Amino acid sequence: MTRARLSAVCVGLSTSGCAGVQSIAPSAGAHTSAFNSLFVVFLVVCGFFYLLVIGFLGAAILRRRRQGEDGVPALFRVWVGLVSLSLVGLALASWLTDRAMASYGDKGPPVRIRLTANQWWWDVEYLGANPSEAVRTANEVHLPIGRPTLIELQSNDVIHSFWVPNLAGKQDLIPGRTEDIALLPRKIGVFRGQCAEFCGAQHAHMALTVVVEPEAQFRSWWRQQQAEAPAPRTPEQLAGMTYVTTRECATCHAIAGTTASASVAPDLTHIASRKTIAAGTLPMSRGGLYAWIADPQGVKPGAHMPYIGLEARQLDAVVAYLETLK
Amino acid sequence: MAVALVLLSACDREAREVRGKPLPETAVAAQTSQLFPAGGTAGPIDPRAKMYEGNAYHIAEGGRLYRQMNCVGCHANGGGGMGPALMDDQWRYGGRMDQIVASIDQGRPNGMPSWRGKLTPTQMWQLAAYVRTLSANVAKDVAPSRSDTMSATYPPTLAKPKPPTDSDPAAVKGPAR
Repeated sequence: MTRARLSAVCVGLSTSGCAGVQSIAPSAGAHTSAFNSLFVVFLVVCGFFYLLVIGFLGAAILRRRRQGEDGVPALFRVWVGLVSLSLVGLALASWLTDRAMASYGDKGPPVRIRLTANQWWWDVEYLGANPSEAVRTANEVHLPIGRPTLIELQSNDVIHSFWVPNLAGKQDLIPGRTEDIALLPRKIGVFRGQCAEFCGAQHAHMALTVVVEPEAQFRSWWRQQQAEAPAPRTPEQLAGMTYVTTRECATCHAIAGTTASASVAPDLTHIASRKTIAAGTLPMSRGGLYAWIADPQGVKPGAHMPYIGLEARQLDAVVAYLETLK
Repeated sequence: MAVALVLLSACDREAREVRGKPLPETAVAAQTSQLFPAGGTAGPIDPRAKMYEGNAYHIAEGGRLYRQMNCVGCHANGGGGMGPALMDDQWRYGGRMDQIVASIDQGRPNGMPSWRGKLTPTQMWQLAAYVRTLSANVAKDVAPSRSDTMSATYPPTLAKPKPPTDSDPAAVKGPAR
């Protein structure tokens, strides 16, 4: 197991231990920092009252009520006032945070993304100002730093949940409905999102890579994703392209610039430019492609990519072609 | 002993063979015509048929493929349209599992495309198993008890089975299972 894979697995398992690509602690988004501040407010206020109650309890045990002493002591009125004030304060803090989080989407022209969850992968569509700018990819989202992103969330099969702990979340994706969530990334880096609602056998292997980068880099990424797939250069790549566009692959996958245009599986136009294969299951590499295409059911049992049983030469050709799809 | 047998059969129903059946998945050679020039009957059914049709996972996967591969475009959700209905007892090319797989694999005149090389044999068997649920011809304990789509008919667990009839000249005689 490579180091990258090991760390990916580790991050998947733990949200507190590895302060890294999937963690709620170091907030990289405006939403998570607002939420973390609210959490600190709640922790301090509730902690203070917890200690106070424990203190009173101890005092009551040590000092029982004396003869002839009744009525409501003055201290009790202070206590009720303190509790009421704190509850109002907490409600206010919660309301203000909620309003602040709801307004991040209005800060400047947003990036608009339609994210469709499937068993078990994410279909990503960037909705440009006009349809010619639209970009389709899968399992990987690039965001410009400091610009709000509005994400439309849909589901094609069962209930999933969108959760990028470093940036924001969670928001359920419910079949037949369109939900939305706004993000405001404030830190450059690569983060990991994870489906947060049990959605079937491969729920754990339903990750979303989120890359936050400077605006210029984001624009060049968008331009590169808009391009059609490059033509094959070698006879082997050509054989791979012929197989992919005429056989089982093209039944479900699309590659812009070729005849493959189905939409029930991830778009492969720029698959080699992504960081992972099969929604974070394998790192993107020649070995990963071989493993996934040769036996998807061994890597991710139950995934909807079927076992085809390619011959060695066909497999070589298909991998050689897919590697060119940068 | 009886309890154990019942439990084992239940396991069969739920088993998820994600790679398909461990049998050679070669091209299907099913008898689809009732004409036997030298006399004879339809050949024995492929042993895979019963295994696919008796498994809830394969039927569910078949249902997913039925929608994703746009079978609905011509056959609707079994009621038919541009293509023949799949929920009745009239089968032009035979309503047995292996015959349905052959129709998917080879394609049929007037619009049914050949899916050979486009779907894997496992997927064709899964589709055939699902198609058999539309006419309520699979066991009730593996058929889905509710429909994933809008439907004006009973779910397969409540519908009456409609085995292929003799009224259609091309339908192959004999019980479906």
